[in-house]
Amino acid sequence: MQVKINGKPEEVQNGTVLDLLKTKNIEPQMVAVEVNDKVLDRDHLATTHLNEGDHVEFLFYMGGGR
Amino acid sequence: MAESQWLVSGKMEFTEEQINRYSRHILLPEVGGKGQKKIAKSRILLVGAGGLGSPAALYLAAAGVGTIGLIDSDVVDLTNLQRQVLHHTPDVGRPKVLSGKEKIQALNPDVSVSMYEERLTAGNALKIFGDYDVVIDGVDNFPAKFLINDACFFAGKPLVHGGILRFEGRVTTIIPKKSACYRCVFKAPPPPGLVASCQEAGVIGVLAGIIGTIQATEALKLVLGIGRPLTDRLLDFDARKTQFREIKVRRNQNCALCGEHPTITELFDDGDPYAGCAMRPSA
Ligand SMILES: [Zn+2]
Repeated sequence: MQVKINGKPEEVQNGTVLDLLKTKNIEPQMVAVEVNDKVLDRDHLATTHLNEGDHVEFLFYMGGGR
Repeated sequence: MAESQWLVSGKMEFTEEQINRYSRHILLPEVGGKGQKKIAKSRILLVGAGGLGSPAALYLAAAGVGTIGLIDSDVVDLTNLQRQVLHHTPDVGRPKVLSGKEKIQALNPDVSVSMYEERLTAGNALKIFGDYDVVIDGVDNFPAKFLINDACFFAGKPLVHGGILRFEGRVTTIIPKKSACYRCVFKAPPPPGLVASCQEAGVIGVLAGIIGTIQATEALKLVLGIGRPLTDRLLDFDARKTQFREIKVRRNQNCALCGEHPTITELFDDGDPYAGCAMRPSA
């Protein structure tokens, strides 16, 4: 199915947000995940199933400033 | 606190020189003489007088902000000069707040500068923040970014958050209790073992100028009460692609700070400030 990941359309397998993070090799603790403009609680990553057309945002920490 | 030098017996009148200096502002219908007076009465705090704080300080000084506060416990290091344009080569080894104050006042003697040569902590944050209208985040570590977010919430002060890493930057404006806060999106600092330090990560120097000047723009808009603030939006910039991307965010009812059942009810130091800077898995 197709979803939008950080603004770009992508084909992904059916599954949960946690599955998607695993395929992308992203450590769940290093990212805030938004699905359709709503931030997911980390405990819900494994129980949230993706649907066709979902907008997924992986928001990485950006900490510099000096 | 020293009042701005313009406030003579409580009534602010611009001299002819000041009318000239700020004429390009005064010409703008959205600013005018009235707006310029708002700027002249405003008090803006820069937490960090480094990469982001440098361009913000210079433009806010040029704009005629009444009081600029600088918090920084560091001295200027040679490795800072690649991006921290508030400091010059002869400043290496000197306190950043002092070097910053000199540059600000050389640019615009109308501006009062308050120096805080200390680290921001849960112990001093509220007292300092209480004296300002807007806070600009220009720090380089997550515990400090969370502390600034929390302190702005408790002090009820608008915050212009910024971050830079490698070729990417991010900026967002937070109006406590009205728009999404940093913890609404990022609940807590990342685990220290997983983050690289800023020194390891590197950053293209000009990025500090791009993000820091957007932060200054947001601060001035807040002071003037004009336009649409960058609230409930993260503005991400990628210098390699020269591309901005806006990500909608919203207040999180489960936010530990500003949600319906907050678990953070007082200020605390959230982790070791030396722990790390930022990370993305394999950019
Ligand atoms: Zn919040």
